[in-house]
Amino acid sequence: MQATIFTVTVLILALIGYYMGRSRAVSSVGGNIRELHSLPRHYGYYVGMWCGLPALLICVVWFIFEPEIINSMVLGSVSSVTAETSSAMLARILSDVKFIAANGTDVSRATPELIVAAQRYIELKQFGTTALAVSILSFAIIGLVIGTRTIGQKLQARDQVEKVIRYVLLASSIVAILTTIGIVSSLLFEAIRFFGKIPFTDFLFGTEWSPQIAMRKDQVASEGSFGAVPIFAGTMLISFIAMCVAVPVGLLSAIYMSEYATPKVRGFGKPVLEILAGIPTVVYGFFAALVVAPTVRNIGEGWGLEVASESALAAGLVMGVMIIPFVSSLSDDVIRAVPQSLRDGSYALGGTKSETVINVVLPAALPGIVGGVMLAISRAIGETMIVVMAAGLSANLTANPLNAVTTATVQMVTLLVGDQEFDSPKTLAAFALGLVLFCVTLCLNVIALRVVAKYREKYD
Amino acid sequence: MTELKESMQKAQARLKKRHAAETRFKMLGAGALIFAFLCVLMLFSSIISNGYTGFQQTYVKLEFYLDEDVIDPEGARELKTLQFANYAGVVKQSLRTKFADVKGRRDKRKLYGLISSSAGYALRDLVVADPSLIGTKQTVWVMASDEVDMLVKNVFDRNEDESTRPITDKEIAWVEVLEKEGRVEKRFNTNFFSAGDSREPEQAGIKGALVGSALTMLVTLGLSFPLGVMAAIYLEEFAPKNKFTDLVEVNINNLAAVPSIVFGLLGLAIFLNVFGMPRSAPVAGGMVLALMTLPTIIIAARAALKSIPPSIMEAAIGVGASKMQAVFHHQLPLALPGILTGTIIGMAQALGETAPLLMIGMVAFIADVPGTPFDPATVLPVQVYLWADSPERAFVEKTSAAIMVLLAFLITMNALAVLLRKKLERRW
Repeated sequence: MQATIFTVTVLILALIGYYMGRSRAVSSVGGNIRELHSLPRHYGYYVGMWCGLPALLICVVWFIFEPEIINSMVLGSVSSVTAETSSAMLARILSDVKFIAANGTDVSRATPELIVAAQRYIELKQFGTTALAVSILSFAIIGLVIGTRTIGQKLQARDQVEKVIRYVLLASSIVAILTTIGIVSSLLFEAIRFFGKIPFTDFLFGTEWSPQIAMRKDQVASEGSFGAVPIFAGTMLISFIAMCVAVPVGLLSAIYMSEYATPKVRGFGKPVLEILAGIPTVVYGFFAALVVAPTVRNIGEGWGLEVASESALAAGLVMGVMIIPFVSSLSDDVIRAVPQSLRDGSYALGGTKSETVINVVLPAALPGIVGGVMLAISRAIGETMIVVMAAGLSANLTANPLNAVTTATVQMVTLLVGDQEFDSPKTLAAFALGLVLFCVTLCLNVIALRVVAKYREKYD
Repeated sequence: MTELKESMQKAQARLKKRHAAETRFKMLGAGALIFAFLCVLMLFSSIISNGYTGFQQTYVKLEFYLDEDVIDPEGARELKTLQFANYAGVVKQSLRTKFADVKGRRDKRKLYGLISSSAGYALRDLVVADPSLIGTKQTVWVMASDEVDMLVKNVFDRNEDESTRPITDKEIAWVEVLEKEGRVEKRFNTNFFSAGDSREPEQAGIKGALVGSALTMLVTLGLSFPLGVMAAIYLEEFAPKNKFTDLVEVNINNLAAVPSIVFGLLGLAIFLNVFGMPRSAPVAGGMVLALMTLPTIIIAARAALKSIPPSIMEAAIGVGASKMQAVFHHQLPLALPGILTGTIIGMAQALGETAPLLMIGMVAFIADVPGTPFDPATVLPVQVYLWADSPERAFVEKTSAAIMVLLAFLITMNALAVLLRKKLERRW
C-alpha cells in the first residue's frame, strides 16, 4: 500500500518534470523548435528521468532493506534476546511485537518488554516513512532543478535519454543471469546447511530414506535417515518407463509425419500432438491416479501379479504420454534438417522409403535425436505433478515397475508443503535434492544443446 | 534360362519381403500417431464423462416452518439475532416433520445428512432479506448433500450391496420417497462458479481459484512481458558480440529447460525467506511464474524481431532516426504479433503450472475469494490437485469439472495465439 503511494507520487513528479522540460526547451529557442538538437519530447523525457529515476531507486532500495533494518533494531532493543537465541525464537518475538503494534497492548501475549519493543517498532516505522517521503521529495525536486537547468539549445537530450534506455534494456536482460544466480545460490546455501548436519556421503550413497524426525525429545519416532539412493533409483525407474513409451511413439510419429503423411494426415496429427503438449501436468496426474493406476492394477491382478496401487508403471506410462509431443517435435526438426540429396541418393540405388529412413535418414539425424532424447529425459526427471499424484511416498529400492517407488520431486513436495522449520534437516533435505536435480538436468541440457547445435552446423 | 528365372524369382521374393517390411514400417508409424490420438481421446473422454455432472447439482424441495421461537424468541428482529439464529435446527425440524416415522439418534443423524449444511445459510439469507417471513411456512429448494447428489446422478449404484457403497438402504428409501413426490431436481450448478473452496463437496466452487489464477497471471504478465521484450530487444538489436552476451544467451536457453519445481525452491528461499513476501499470495506466485515464462517470451520475441527484414531498419536510419527510434517506432510494432503469440503461449504454460506454486504455499485451504494479490489464494491447477487428493467421491466430478474449465481457458488461449499468428503475422 505504502509502496504504491510512493511509486505513484514519484510517477506524478516525473510527469510534471516531463511537461516542464518540454516547455522549457521550447521556450529556450523562442518556439522555433527547429533550432533544438532533439525533439521537444526528448527534453521532457530527460527532465522526467532526472526527476523520477533517483527517487524510484531510493524507493526500491528502501523497500528491500527497510524490514531487515527495522527488525534488527527492534530485536536489539529487546533485552532477552542474546546472540544465542535461535532464529525460530527471534521470528516468534518479532511476530509478537508486530501483533502488539497492530492490535494494541491489551492482547494476551503482551509483556512489558514486548510492549516497549512494539512502541519502538511503531516509532521506527513512522520515522522511516517520514524519512523516505522527505528524501524522495527532495531528490525529485533536486533532479527537477538539475534537469531543467541543463536544458538549452546545445543539450543532446535524445542521446542522453537513449543512453538511459539502453541501460534499462541491458538491466532487463541481466534478469536471466540473476535468476540463475538466485537458483544456484538458494540451492547451494540451503544444501550446504543440510550437509553440515548430514554427511555428504551418507546422503549420496545411503540406501535408507525416512526423513521423519521427532519434533520433541520424548516423542517416539525414527532418527531420520537421509540416504537418497532409493529416491534416485525411483526417479530413474519412472523416467526409464516414460522414455520406453515416449521415444518409440514420438520418434515413429515424427518419421511418419515427415516422410509418409499426406498433408491431410499431417493437418490432423500435428494438432493432436499439440493438444498433448498443452495439457497441464496436473491433469495428467489426475488421469494417472483416476484411470491408469486402477487399470494397471486390474490387469496385473488378472494375470496373478501383485501390483501396488501407486505403481511406478502407471506414473511412468502417463509421463511417457506427456513427453511424446516433446520427443516428436524435436525429432521432426532434425529429420527435416537432413538434406533431401541424401534421401535421393538412397532412392536412386533402389532403396524403399523405410530402408532410406532406417539406413540413411536416421543415422544422419542420430546426434540430433540423441540430443532431443536427452532433453526429454531431463524433462522426465524434473516432472513433478504426475508423480506427486500417481507415484508413492515410500522410498523402496526396487527395479520392479509394479512396486511403488518415490522420486526426488515427490519428496521435495512432501518435505516442503505444510509447516516448515528451516533448521531441521528434513526441510533442508528438499534443497539438497533440488540441487542434485538441478545439476543433473543442467548437465543433460548443456550436453544436449551442444549436441543439437553441432548437428545443425553439419547440414547448414 | 532357368538360372535367370530362378534369380528373377528370388528377386521377386526379396522385393515382396522388402515391400512387406515397408508396409510394416508405415503401419508402425501410423500406429504411433494413432496411439497418441487414442491417448488424447481417452484423456478427454474420461475427464468429460467424469466431469460433466459437476456442472449440475441436486436440489431438494422442502417445507420449512420458520419458527419464531427458534429464530427470534425475543421478537426484536435485530440483524445480529437473525444472522446467528439456529437455522440448522429449522432444517432438522422440517426433515423430522417430513419423515415423522424416523426414530433413534443414529437414524435421525442420517436423515439430517440428506441435506447440505448450506441449507441453513439459504434460509438465513431468506430471513435476513425479509424478516416478515418469520412465523410462516416456506417452500424452498435447498442443496442436497454430496452423497444424495451422487445417488441421484447414478454414480452410486442403488442395486449394489449396501456394504460396498457409501450410502445406506434407508437413506436411499428416503431419497426415493422425495423423488416420487417430485421434490428432487438437478439444476445447473451456479454455486460451482460463485463459491470459494469448501470441505463439503456440494458447496465447493472454483471462484476463489479463478480469481487467484487471474491475479497471479496479472502479476506474471506485468513482469514477464515488459522484461522479456526489453531483454529480447537488447539481445537482438543492441548487444555487442562478446562473452557477456554469450553468457546471457546460454543462461536463457538453460533456464528454459530447468524443471519448474526448482523455480519454486527459488521462490521459497529468496522471495519468501529473504524478501519476506507473504506466503500463499498471488504476488509471490506471479513472480515465480514470471521468471519461469521469461525465457519463453524472450526466445519468441527474439525470433519475431529477427524475422523482420533489415531493410526496414536501414530505411528508418536513412531518414535520420536513431537506432533506438528505428527499433521502437518500426521494428517493435512489426514484431508485436509474433511477440504476443509467444507471450500468450507462455502465459498458457504458466496458467497450467502447479509444482512451483506448491513450494510457496499456494496449497493452503482457502475458502475466501482473494481481493488483492497480497491475500492468500490458490490457483486453478492447484485447486485441481487439492480436490484430486480429497477422499469424497463427489470431489472426482468437481475435479474433472475444474479441469474442464482450466482446459477451456488453455484451449481458448492457444486458439487465440494461432489466430493471431494467422491474421497478423506478415511473411516478408
